Amino acid sequence: MTEQQEKSWKFLESMLLMRRFEEAVAQLSVQKEFAGHFHLYIGQEATGAAAMAALESRDHVATTHRNHGHLVARGADPGAALAEILGRETGLCGGRGGTLHLTDPSLGFLSTSAVVGGAISLAVGGGYACKQRRDGSITAAFFGDGALEEGIAFEALNLASLWQLPVVFICENNSQDAWGVAKGGFPTLVHAAGDLRSIPGAVGIPAQRVDGTDTDDVHNAVARAVARARDGGGPSFIEAMTRRWAGSAPLWPELSTGVTDLRMATGEVPIEPGPHHDWYARHDPVLRLARTLLATRGDAAGRLRTLDRAITARIEAARQFAVDSPRAAAAAALDHVFA
Amino acid sequence: MFMAEPRVIDFRTAVIEALADAMRTDRNVVVIGEDVGAAGGVFKQTEGLFAEFGAHRVIDTPISESGAFGMAVGAAMAGLRPVFEVMFGDFMTLVMDQLVNQAAKVRYMSNGAACVPLVLRTTMGVGAGLGPQHSQGFAAWAAHVPGLKIAIPSCPEDAKGLFAAAIADDDPVLVFEDRALYASRGPVPPGRHVVPLGVAVTRRPGRDLTIVAIGRMVGIALDAAGKLAEEGIEAEVIDPRTIVPLDVSTILASVRRTSRALVLDAAPRRFGVTAEIAAVIQEQAFDWLDAPVGRLGAADVPVPVAHSLEQLIIPDVATVVAAARDLVRGNGE
Repeated sequence: MTEQQEKSWKFLESMLLMRRFEEAVAQLSVQKEFAGHFHLYIGQEATGAAAMAALESRDHVATTHRNHGHLVARGADPGAALAEILGRETGLCGGRGGTLHLTDPSLGFLSTSAVVGGAISLAVGGGYACKQRRDGSITAAFFGDGALEEGIAFEALNLASLWQLPVVFICENNSQDAWGVAKGGFPTLVHAAGDLRSIPGAVGIPAQRVDGTDTDDVHNAVARAVARARDGGGPSFIEAMTRRWAGSAPLWPELSTGVTDLRMATGEVPIEPGPHHDWYARHDPVLRLARTLLATRGDAAGRLRTLDRAITARIEAARQFAVDSPRAAAAAALDHVFA
Repeated sequence: MFMAEPRVIDFRTAVIEALADAMRTDRNVVVIGEDVGAAGGVFKQTEGLFAEFGAHRVIDTPISESGAFGMAVGAAMAGLRPVFEVMFGDFMTLVMDQLVNQAAKVRYMSNGAACVPLVLRTTMGVGAGLGPQHSQGFAAWAAHVPGLKIAIPSCPEDAKGLFAAAIADDDPVLVFEDRALYASRGPVPPGRHVVPLGVAVTRRPGRDLTIVAIGRMVGIALDAAGKLAEEGIEAEVIDPRTIVPLDVSTILASVRRTSRALVLDAAPRRFGVTAEIAAVIQEQAFDWLDAPVGRLGAADVPVPVAHSLEQLIIPDVATVVAAARDLVRGNGE
């Protein structure tokens, strides 16, 4: 077993954790365990896993409404995260933030902004604080291509470049399949700038495009950007081309394709023909990495089964914890407006 | 016993003293804004800080209020204690998203795990011929948002003390500075001086009427009280100093003694600070009132440039005297 393969298994473990977590979220929504809209990260897990692995615990992270994967990958407790989404007292934020604002400051997360452009400015602030401390820490910002549609994104990118702040901007472009448009939903990728790299490029931030479904491609780019920022080299911008999962296209996410069956990677189960065939066959980052590892020597299939069984059990325990947790108590509703 | 004459300085210098003191004490305190650095502020309101603390801690931003304020909020989440300046209160519109949706809500959204120890200072003030986009103070807008504290100092001593308290506070605090007060002078203690947030002060005692005045209206109220005294009307003047938190008990205790209240603000009257204070008085001191609570504020129009028009839109000493007289003598009924 090579070191590279061990790294890939780590990525896969993180990605599977995100996948099973979010499948649980979708199921809990169907079961009406919580109300309200939510945003799934399914299809983007390779970017989250590989980018998070390039960060250290002293670094700050800013994210947006599509945050579940980032929190779980960075080490937030899945039970507390699910409980937060369900509005339970045991949630990461006592049920006050919910799916849109999952955060855990003890893991370096700044506040999670669901006004998407704002997250970029908060990350620049995190970078500014890192630079003031002069301790080599950096801040990573995760946001979608839509966040670049807000004016504050340009201002924040300009400030980061002007002051050479240690920030790594990770733009998870999840619009390239334009599922929303295809299904008559929301338009996506409505930038006059056809190439998003031209936006940071205009203010002198080096920008690179990577395959957001390829953990190695993402990890190499982010690790380089992080090293550059730590060395005082200033900000970098990475556009990760992710592949949006079909279930995220409707206004209300649905497990339209069911729970991911990893046997589609081993070949034990065929990929159904139909509209989702191409995604499972070529773009699902979990299946893609699983196939890569299955091609290696040794009992990769057995290891994959064991890993998935353990993660599925962990998420089931997290789900049970969340469902069994008491609802946020009315008595606490007025707490924490001020110190 | 010999008493030294109290030291007298102007409002703007008092604020700079508070900033410098905080910056010397805590290296996490930084000043961020447009022209706050080498230029020392367009109204000289950060003069000397750049020379003492350098570009590292006194940071000039581009004309990017929204992005730069978002940066300050993020930096506060990450452990700094920024003092962010919005040059004109009118430009508060540009920072509103980060103020309302981020700074104000972070502590609550995170169940107390995160905080934004940040000061937003801004200037305001009718009377300098600056017109509709350079005269407004949006304290009432901000006061409507849970999670923001708001100070409006009326004199140099409070300017210093409220800034010290604001910077030390672990929540976002807005300080609205009326440019009409910048050159005003008054006694200010040297060294560290703190005025706690949420504690009103009685500027003048009186038995016939309570005047609650905000910011620059405190001086107008005191002048009016002097004139009213010549007519035999003794007005008590209360300066809340912060509108969030609001020192309700001091206001109510006064009104329960005088049975009459007049509330003054230099911002537009409609849905403004005077409306909230009047409502609180009527809810909690109704049985003591001998007259409806009076309110004076700016006319509900944009601020015109021409001096002959501008001076008409905010209350002056004469209008305050007339309103107070009506309340006490019942002429308005």
